[in-house]
Amino acid sequence: MSSSPKPEASRKFHPVYLWLLLPFLCLLWVPSYNRIDPALFGIPFFYWYQMLWTVLGALAIVPVYLHEEGRKK
Amino acid sequence: MNSSPVAVGVFLALFVFVAGLGFVAARWRKADLHQLSEWGLGGRSFGTLIAWFLLGGDIYTAYTFIAVPALMFGAGATGFFAVPYTIIMYPILFLFFPRLWSVARRHGYVTAADFVRGRFGSRGLALAIALTGIVATMPYIALQLAGMQVVFSALGLPSDWTLPLFGIVHNVPLIIAFVVLAAYTYASGLRGTALIAIAKDLLIYTTVLAAVIVIPAELGGYAKVFAAVDPKKLLLPSGTMDNLGPTFSYASLALGSALALFLYPHSMTGILSSSSRHVIRRNAILLPSYSIALSLIALLGYMAVAAGVKSMPEFAGGFKDFGNNFAVPALILHMFPAWFAGVAFAGIAVGALVPASIMAIACGSLFTRNVYKEFLHPDCTPKQESTVAKVVSLLMKLGALFFVLELQTSYAIQLQLLGGIWICQTLPAVLISLYTRVLHPMALLAGWAAGMAAGTAMAWDLGFKSSTYPLHLLGVTIPCYAALSALVLNIAVTVVLSLVLNAMWNAPRPDETVAEDYV
Repeated sequence: MSSSPKPEASRKFHPVYLWLLLPFLCLLWVPSYNRIDPALFGIPFFYWYQMLWTVLGALAIVPVYLHEEGRKK
Repeated sequence: MNSSPVAVGVFLALFVFVAGLGFVAARWRKADLHQLSEWGLGGRSFGTLIAWFLLGGDIYTAYTFIAVPALMFGAGATGFFAVPYTIIMYPILFLFFPRLWSVARRHGYVTAADFVRGRFGSRGLALAIALTGIVATMPYIALQLAGMQVVFSALGLPSDWTLPLFGIVHNVPLIIAFVVLAAYTYASGLRGTALIAIAKDLLIYTTVLAAVIVIPAELGGYAKVFAAVDPKKLLLPSGTMDNLGPTFSYASLALGSALALFLYPHSMTGILSSSSRHVIRRNAILLPSYSIALSLIALLGYMAVAAGVKSMPEFAGGFKDFGNNFAVPALILHMFPAWFAGVAFAGIAVGALVPASIMAIACGSLFTRNVYKEFLHPDCTPKQESTVAKVVSLLMKLGALFFVLELQTSYAIQLQLLGGIWICQTLPAVLISLYTRVLHPMALLAGWAAGMAAGTAMAWDLGFKSSTYPLHLLGVTIPCYAALSALVLNIAVTVVLSLVLNAMWNAPRPDETVAEDYV
C-alpha cells in the first residue's frame, strides 16, 4: 500500500512500515479468533481479543511514528 | 411513556449549556469568518488535543452509540464488526492523510474534490467526487437527527405541541434541536463544533464508565451477561468449503467501512482542520482510545439482552416505534437513576449535534468550491464563497430534517447504507492518486461510474436490507460487503483503461501539484 515505487514517492520502502499491516492481518483473519475459549472475566475470546486490539492497534503505529519523526531531523 | 421531571431537567440544563458554547465559539480564536477556510476548517488551526476531540466527535457519532449496540442486541456477534473497523482505519489515516493534508495546505484545498481538480485538471472528475460526497453524507445527517428522536422519546418529551397560530405541531423537540444546530453552525462554523465536541466527550465518557461498571455489577458480572445471549449469536457461523460464510462478510464489512470512513467529506473536514501533519499522525495513535469506548458501548447491546428490557411493558411503545434502536435508551432508563439518565441522554443528543454540524459544513464547502465556484460563479469573492457555504449547509440540514419528519427513518438507513458503498468509489481518485498520477482521469471517472453502478445494483438486488452481497466465483459463494466488491471492480476498470489511454496518448496532463507538496 505504501511502497509505490513512483518517482514522487522518492523515499525507499522501509521495513518498519510492515507494522501497519499487523492489525489488518490479526483482525481480518476472522476464523483465527472466532471462538469462545479462553474466556477472560467471563468475556468470550472473540470479544476480548478484538477489544485488546483497540490498544494493540494503536501501539502498532508507534514504531512507524517514531521512525517518521526521527527522519525529519 | 412516563417522563421523569428530574431526567428532563438535567437533560435540558446540559443541552442548553453545551449549545451555548457553540455560540460563544464564534469569538474563540477570533478570525474572519467570511473566509471559507476560517468558517469551514477553523482556520486549519486545531492542535493535537482539539483535533482529537473534534475527530472523535466526528467519527463516533450518536447514531453509532445507538445503532451498534442495537445490532448486537438483535443480531449478535455480527454487530461487533464496528470494533475491528475502527481499529484498522487508523493505519490508513496514518499513512495517507498526512500527504493529503500537506498538499491541501500548499494549494489551499478545502475538499477532496479540490485536490482531484488540482491533481488532474479534470472538472468532470472533481464534480463526480464532490457530488458523491454530498449525496453520501445527506442521509448520514438524517440518521443523526433520527438518533436524537430516539433519545427525546425515551425522555418522554411531549412530541406534539399545540401552538397558537400553528395549531398542532409534530416533533417539536426535534425541530428545536434542529434550530439550535443550524444557528450555531451558521454563526461559528467548525469552531463552535470543536468546543461542543469537548463537552460531548465528557458526558459520553462519564456515561460509558458508569455503564460498564454499574450495569454488569447489577446483572451479576460479565459471565452472566454473555450467558444471557443466544449461544448461536455469540460467535459467527463458520464458513464451509463452498461458502466463505459470515466470517468473511464480517472481515469485508470491517475493511470496506474502514476504507470508506476517511473519504467522507466530514472526516476530510476534520482532518484538514488540523494545524500540521504531525497532529494527524499523533491522532492516528490517540484516536483509538475512542474505539475502546465503542467496544464497551457495543457490549451494552448484550447487557440490554441480559436485563430483559424488551419484555418490559414500560418500553413496549419505544421498541414499537424505534425497533432495536431503543435497546440502549431502555437499558439506561432501567438501570440508572433519573438524573443520570438525563446526563447520558444529553451526551447522546449532543453527540448527534457534533457530526451533524460537521457533515453540513463539509457539504457546504463541497458545493461552494466544486459546484458554485467551479461552474456557476467562477469570480466570486471570498465573502460570497463563505456565505454560499453557510446557506448550503443550512439547506442540507433542512433536507435531513425533512427526511426524518416526512419519510420513514428506514429510508435514511437504506440510503446511508448506499452512501457507504458510493463514497468508497472515490478511493482511487483521492487516495491512490496521492502516490501516483499514472491513473488517467478519464479512466478514474469510468472506474468510479462502474463501481457506483455495480454497488447500487447489488444493494438494489438485496432490497436495501443488507449490504453483503453473495458473489459466486468458481463454485464458491463469497458474501462480501458491496462497497468492497464494487471497489475491486472500480480499481480493475481504472487500471486497465489507464493502461490503454496512456498507451494511446502520451501527451503530458496538467498537474498543479509537485512531489514536494506531499511531504
